[in-house]
Amino acid sequence: MAEARLRIKRFDPATDTAPRWDQFTVPYEGSMTVLEALFAIQERQDGTLCFRYCCRAAVCGSCAMYINGRYRLACQTNVTHFGGDIVVEPMPHVPVVKDLVSDMADFFAKYEYIKPWLIRNSEEPEKEIPQSPADRQKLDMPIDCILCGSCYSSCPSVWGSENYLGPAALLKAYRFEIDSRDEARKERLPFFDNEFGAYRCHTITNCIEACPKELNPTEGIQWLKGAAVRRRILGRWK
Amino acid sequence: MKKHQLVIVGGGLAGLRAAVEAKDEGLDVAILSQVHPGRSHSGAAQGGINAALANNPDSADDTPEKHAFDTVKGSDYLADQDAAAQMTADAPGVIFDMEHWGCPFSRYDDGRIAQRPFGGAGYPRTCYGADKTGHYLLHALVEQSYKRGITMYIEWFVTDLIVADGVCRGVVAYDMTKGGFEAFLGDAVVVATGGAGRTYSNTTNAIISTGLGMAMAYRVGVPLKDMEFVQFHPTGLYTTNILMTEGCRGEGGYLINDLGERFMEKYAPKAMELAPRDITSRSIWTEILEGRGIGGKDYVYLDLRHLGEAKIAEKLPGIRDLAIHFEGVDPVHEPVPIVPSQHYSMGGIDTDVDGASPLPGLYAAGECACVSVHGANRLGGNSLLETIVFGKRSGAAAAKYIAGGQAPAGGDKLAGDALAGVQARIDAMVKTGGGEDPYAVRAEMIDIMKLHFGIFRDQAQMQEGLDKLLALKERAAKITLRNAGGVFNLDMIRTYELPGMVEIAVAIAAGALQRTESRGSHSRTDFKERDDENWLKHTLAFYQAEGPPRLDSKPVTLGTYEPQERKY
Repeated sequence: MAEARLRIKRFDPATDTAPRWDQFTVPYEGSMTVLEALFAIQERQDGTLCFRYCCRAAVCGSCAMYINGRYRLACQTNVTHFGGDIVVEPMPHVPVVKDLVSDMADFFAKYEYIKPWLIRNSEEPEKEIPQSPADRQKLDMPIDCILCGSCYSSCPSVWGSENYLGPAALLKAYRFEIDSRDEARKERLPFFDNEFGAYRCHTITNCIEACPKELNPTEGIQWLKGAAVRRRILGRWK
Repeated sequence: MKKHQLVIVGGGLAGLRAAVEAKDEGLDVAILSQVHPGRSHSGAAQGGINAALANNPDSADDTPEKHAFDTVKGSDYLADQDAAAQMTADAPGVIFDMEHWGCPFSRYDDGRIAQRPFGGAGYPRTCYGADKTGHYLLHALVEQSYKRGITMYIEWFVTDLIVADGVCRGVVAYDMTKGGFEAFLGDAVVVATGGAGRTYSNTTNAIISTGLGMAMAYRVGVPLKDMEFVQFHPTGLYTTNILMTEGCRGEGGYLINDLGERFMEKYAPKAMELAPRDITSRSIWTEILEGRGIGGKDYVYLDLRHLGEAKIAEKLPGIRDLAIHFEGVDPVHEPVPIVPSQHYSMGGIDTDVDGASPLPGLYAAGECACVSVHGANRLGGNSLLETIVFGKRSGAAAAKYIAGGQAPAGGDKLAGDALAGVQARIDAMVKTGGGEDPYAVRAEMIDIMKLHFGIFRDQAQMQEGLDKLLALKERAAKITLRNAGGVFNLDMIRTYELPGMVEIAVAIAAGALQRTESRGSHSRTDFKERDDENWLKHTLAFYQAEGPPRLDSKPVTLGTYEPQERKY
């Protein structure tokens, strides 16, 4: 039987004036994910501990946290990778609901703001809208986003400007702007072609390092900058 | 108190599709979901969604009728044939809707949606987006919900249905991020809360797949149908039961035993690895029981190595990531240890093809419902289809019901009473709870389900299991809640949901014990044959406060296809 030692940052804005660190020891056999360790603590040691969870298979984006100094999904992180010594914090630079649960309201407001849906003006065909494999392949990177918020939390441009849309929302704009089926012209453009849109990305690339799905929001944002110039100044649409 | 015309519980594919349909009909719709809808378990679906589009070069003469036949045969003839025909007829249209809404399906060179072979299907008719089809469909519907401005109560945990004078009138929910309970009154309610995989210890399901919606409906008297039919997916990762899609075998993957044999040739010589899930899981388990698991242990190999790195990168990239991260095995270079794992509840809330339950005003769609289109065994690729077809149909039917004006007005007192009732239950669990530990009860339950209601079943083993579950039911009535109130109170959520999980487990057990035949996923070593004379019927389980449910039955709707022996 091995032991994991977890230091967890706790904070309840309703009752606490400042965060505190709690220490827990969790026995395990073989291997154990950080998420499993959190459940073991919640069940057996401190029922007030809270965190988000759902799929436990790295596809839902619920359990993004700051673990041993990096953005990680708790469900995808094994305590054995760190010899059992684990430090868990909520995603930094994002308000806390309680303990490891981050307040994602701004994150999703910015997501909604960018019009994250396929914009069509043509009448829909009876069957599918044709799309070549090459055009479809362009979407491979951005459609794997799980909206976990790691990139948003990691971005210094977000820290410096509460209005900046941030990497995830802009990656979503990119995902639709490059979709051969999307027919947006000015519907989405003004929302990323402004000082709080794509231009506020200074290619610091923290987002790339933070992303647990190994995506590249920076690449998408640079494309948006180019597209905005091509469209607005040169009048070149798709 | 909040009021909306249509209250939808659950923000996965079925709930979102119902919401989009009802919103487009002009209704004031609200979705309540325990997680952000984009995090729903629908997003974990991998391999694809079935529709007879006839896009694949090998499926040029595929039709919805052939899809219906495969579905009925796969169900071991327990599916209602009118329902299966409805689902497969609706399939192409709902897929094209999803495509028009941006779902990034994989494509053929001519630009049409790509389709892959799947288990139990006569043609390659499973539309897919790599091996992340559920994620892509889910995000497309989330996006459409934002586009339409559908009201979403995100991270609201629904605890109970409100029923008055024999009509469903709304729900009570816990606001996880702000704290406190609220009553939601609606002219109709759609329950779309997914499956109950977490009643088993060995499940592919998300942690939130606790069967909450089934339990809520069951408690107010709505029957659960065919709960004994529990699907074991052939290929869950050995150590975590995380899903490895059927698409692995659809793309040509092998199942291999300790002797290096493709053992499926003994069990399904024609279909091989693409036999339906019930047959494939039984075959794997037989190999393991007879000592041909790898190294004599309780797993076999899923071998993808011969597909090559390029094909795996194109068709199965998510599988490769999961195997590397969760099993420490790269499928490009090594075979993947897998074990059959609880995956899907064929049973659920008794509904018709429009999602209507026997309780006026209550609709259900998706895995929590039982129409029944899957009968005793669901085909891969039919569950994503079910969510979208019956989500849409239930949204439309609820809109029609509301327009018909059957729902009574008023309800302030009703809301107050419902809230007080939930609060009283919480208080009782805190103050006068009988000292039972909810987590101990949960741990015992999931092991009982794995051991006593698994792939192979018999009388003695199931009777012992049911007796143990009934003892747990008594203990679940005496659980103590350590902490009430506050925000994001996981202790309260997980304690509150437990008695419902035990009820579902008991319903599965009672139905399984009663059914003295083998059909689809329900495989008894003491009754090895299908018995159409006595058991070609649906099981209905009615909640009783004490002991097991009252069991009843209803006939299967037959029609075009006469029951035959299933050979693959």
